[in-house]
Amino acid sequence: MKIGVPREVWPGECRVAASPANVKRLQKLGFSVVVEKGAGTAASFDDDGYRTAGAEIVDGAASLWQQSDIVIKVRAPMEHPDLGTHEADLLREGGTLIGFIWPGQEQALVQKLASRKATVLAMDCVPRISRAQKLDALSSMANIAGYRAVLEAAHHFGSFFTGQMTAAGKVPPARVLVVGAGVAGLSAIGAARGLGAIVRAFDTRPEVAEQVQSMGAEFLTVEMEEDGTGSGGYAKQMSQAFIDAEHALFEEQARETDIIITTALIPGKPAPLLITEQAVKNMKPGSVIVDLAAERGGNAAGTVADQVVQSHGVTMIGYTDLPSRMANVSSNLYGNNICHLLDDMGGAEEYRVDEEDEVVRGTLVLHDGEMKWPAPVKKLAEDQKKPETAEPSEAVVAAPAEKKDRGPWMLLLIGLALIAVGWSGDSGFLHQVSVFVLSCFIGYQVIWNVSASLHTPLMSVTNAISGIIIVGGMLQMGGSMEDPATVLGVIAVLFATINIAGGFLVTQRMLKMFQG
Amino acid sequence: MIPYGAILGSYLVSAVLFILSLGGLSHQKTSRRGNLYGIIGMALAVGATALLILGKVQFPEGLAENFRGILLDDPTTSTVFAAAIGIGALIGSILAARVAMTSMPELVAILHSFVGLAAVLVGISTYLGSGIKVPAGGEFVHNIEIYLAVFIGAITFTGSILAFLKLRGSVSGKPLTLPGRHLLNLLMVGGCVYLSLFFVFAEGHSAIEPLLWMTLIACVIGFHMVAAIGGADMPVVVSMLNSYSGWAAAAAGFMLKNDLLIVTGALVGSSGAILSYIMCRAMNRSFISVILGGFGTAGSVAVGRKTEDQGEVTTFDVDETVEEMREASDIIIVPGYGMAVAQAQHSLSQVVNFLRDKGKTVRFGIHPVAGRLPGHMNVLLAEANVDYNIVLEMDEINKDFPDTDLVMVIGANDIVNPDALEDPTSPIAGMPVLEVWKSSTVVVMKRSMGTGYAGVQNPLFFKDNSRMLFGDAKEVVDQLLTGLRS
Repeated sequence: MKIGVPREVWPGECRVAASPANVKRLQKLGFSVVVEKGAGTAASFDDDGYRTAGAEIVDGAASLWQQSDIVIKVRAPMEHPDLGTHEADLLREGGTLIGFIWPGQEQALVQKLASRKATVLAMDCVPRISRAQKLDALSSMANIAGYRAVLEAAHHFGSFFTGQMTAAGKVPPARVLVVGAGVAGLSAIGAARGLGAIVRAFDTRPEVAEQVQSMGAEFLTVEMEEDGTGSGGYAKQMSQAFIDAEHALFEEQARETDIIITTALIPGKPAPLLITEQAVKNMKPGSVIVDLAAERGGNAAGTVADQVVQSHGVTMIGYTDLPSRMANVSSNLYGNNICHLLDDMGGAEEYRVDEEDEVVRGTLVLHDGEMKWPAPVKKLAEDQKKPETAEPSEAVVAAPAEKKDRGPWMLLLIGLALIAVGWSGDSGFLHQVSVFVLSCFIGYQVIWNVSASLHTPLMSVTNAISGIIIVGGMLQMGGSMEDPATVLGVIAVLFATINIAGGFLVTQRMLKMFQG
Repeated sequence: MIPYGAILGSYLVSAVLFILSLGGLSHQKTSRRGNLYGIIGMALAVGATALLILGKVQFPEGLAENFRGILLDDPTTSTVFAAAIGIGALIGSILAARVAMTSMPELVAILHSFVGLAAVLVGISTYLGSGIKVPAGGEFVHNIEIYLAVFIGAITFTGSILAFLKLRGSVSGKPLTLPGRHLLNLLMVGGCVYLSLFFVFAEGHSAIEPLLWMTLIACVIGFHMVAAIGGADMPVVVSMLNSYSGWAAAAAGFMLKNDLLIVTGALVGSSGAILSYIMCRAMNRSFISVILGGFGTAGSVAVGRKTEDQGEVTTFDVDETVEEMREASDIIIVPGYGMAVAQAQHSLSQVVNFLRDKGKTVRFGIHPVAGRLPGHMNVLLAEANVDYNIVLEMDEINKDFPDTDLVMVIGANDIVNPDALEDPTSPIAGMPVLEVWKSSTVVVMKRSMGTGYAGVQNPLFFKDNSRMLFGDAKEVVDQLLTGLRS
């Protein structure tokens, strides 16, 4: 099968869907790869690099699209500026397209592709489950965006990040506030910490506090009982009272913060406004705001998408192409994501669009022109109970042990049996049973309190006290030595005594060590 | 003459002291006092019973003839009694003083067998000539009680002996899986039930033969049951036998109408049952599946993760490990049965002291089923003078692994296997494990690449942050100590 890698035509887009390293990997999976001439130039991958990796270089987009079974792209297909045709029309009838598609917003595009009988897999629709983390392109891009956001901020910020004591005087460390501790936010925290800044982070989802702290930042919250955890590990929209409290918090924080990086997005909604005009005013002149949500309206009042503007002396950065600004690494990681997807789909040999596969099903937008998006959510719901963390690859899928609660039935049975015994009128026996049952309960309560480290002494001490059977032996001894019953009693006493002496002494020996 | 009520009172006090004794074990600080309570309780019970059988007790009207057993003035019997106690105490003391801490599981197992044996003997003896008088009409219930006490006692007896032999290594730890072994067990239990018909309905005390035959069958059941259970399930087996020995004592209490025996038996029985439950939960296996045995045999482990995607292991030598230990500031040590086998705990303790003197945080993470006995690792580490405050349980320490620089796994395998969490098809799936792979570096000390008890491959060894250090645990730890000091 042939995979085609066209040059991206979105203005300013520097990424490419596969690096030479990815090309090698795709070939290992059994695919042959054609790359459009100059496709990787903007990401510092030259054509020779691709050739060395074993790809065929094709001049001209039209012929590349035409000969490829699968076309992999970064940006969604658009009007090709050089050819004057839409990229969707270049796709071979019944061909396959993989890339960022955004089927929710781009319905016209999906229609167009459907009319081409295309199979379309959207890298932005990869389900957020642990198995799919290696092909989660949104996360790998967000990671880069978070890192780059800090560097952009540093570039526009007129001071050090790390505090310095120089002969010429003291420079305080920069104070950075990261709003939204998703993948991008955590990456930004890491980068800012790495540069030496004091970092605080805010998120509406309380469970990320630990991740934030593990990155070395302080976690800020609003004093209000409201959990912002939405489905699939994303945040959800909060109540008005909560939002007001947030605004107040940020206005307060802004006074002592040099750099704010906002990354708050809610799936399917415009970005929430978090940094109010007042908060911007409260910041010291020369401060910087990087708004990673600029494309969706921005988290900060006054950011303009794709531009750097000044507002109340604060530099506001609204770049939406941060991953593209690090095109080399982002192309490589994105290509890796695609390689993992194609690997999961069986490689070239056993290539199959398997709708039973949860990951493929979630990613699938069109199958031979048939609308498949959005994927039914029922199956995903189970996985969403465990929100994915930004810590990759180690999430746990343990098989929950099914256990039936038979307790009530057992109780009923035992209760009936006891009543039956009482009915029969042997009160002596019933008295013994009550002693027995109550002792079992006492034992149960007492033993659960025993510290796990003392389980061995527990066993030896119970060994010793179960030597109480000596009492039985002794009661049997009262006869002449010719009576076998007496002899058996004597032997029982002998063994029980070994138990008592051995058990208590060895326990004593062990416990002495524990106190040493 | 002492009133009979005083004897009953002493029994009650003994029972309370036994409960306090177990309660004392809830913390290290109170544990020794707990043991003392147990000793006092036992002395009181034995003393009171001695007074009883020596005829020093004034029985209330109508109760005296309930007791057969008065030694009266027969000097032979009292001498024999004193001799039995003396010899027993001597043997017990020698055993307790001599046993190495690594051999604790064996000692515990053999002591269980004694309780089982005593229960069998007391049971048969009671049938031959009951020490207490059975009320009229109570013969039927009494016979059932005898039968049960002997049955449980016999299973405990032979089961514990085999467990002892397996733990000692005299018998292979491999599970014995006879074809149709479940059916065999069922047949044997059926046989015991069948024999019971001849026993309990027999007039007078004429049916000793069915009782003896049943004892024999129960002995085989106990033996066969433990034979089917593999080496690393021993924590469960030993706790289970502990429980049985308690039930045997309780059954003897029913038989002899003695509340103290019932109370103590019930305490020990529930203690063992809870320990078995804790051990089973720690392996995510049901009690039934452990008892049915056969785990870890070729038939049941053909599944599991494919081996071809495992990749390469990276090995470390002693110097590299020493280097890693010098650089780490937060270290967790995870010991397993391999440490106990190699007796490496003393050297390890010195390594830990050395590292702690250098200001590093060193802790131990203990899996509930590490070793061959519940709490076995704790005892070994205590023996080697490791501060028990740095010895933590799995649940306490699992969350700390991501912040740990270095984890040293010593002679453990299945309890650190990530497949338990990640691979639902693995035989050990769902078993809680120590999540060592979340730390920066894991050094695994092992004798070879062999699989653990469960017979499954461990992907931990192939992780990027894992390093293998091969060799005998004791020798390697000694070398590490030399390396650190140089």
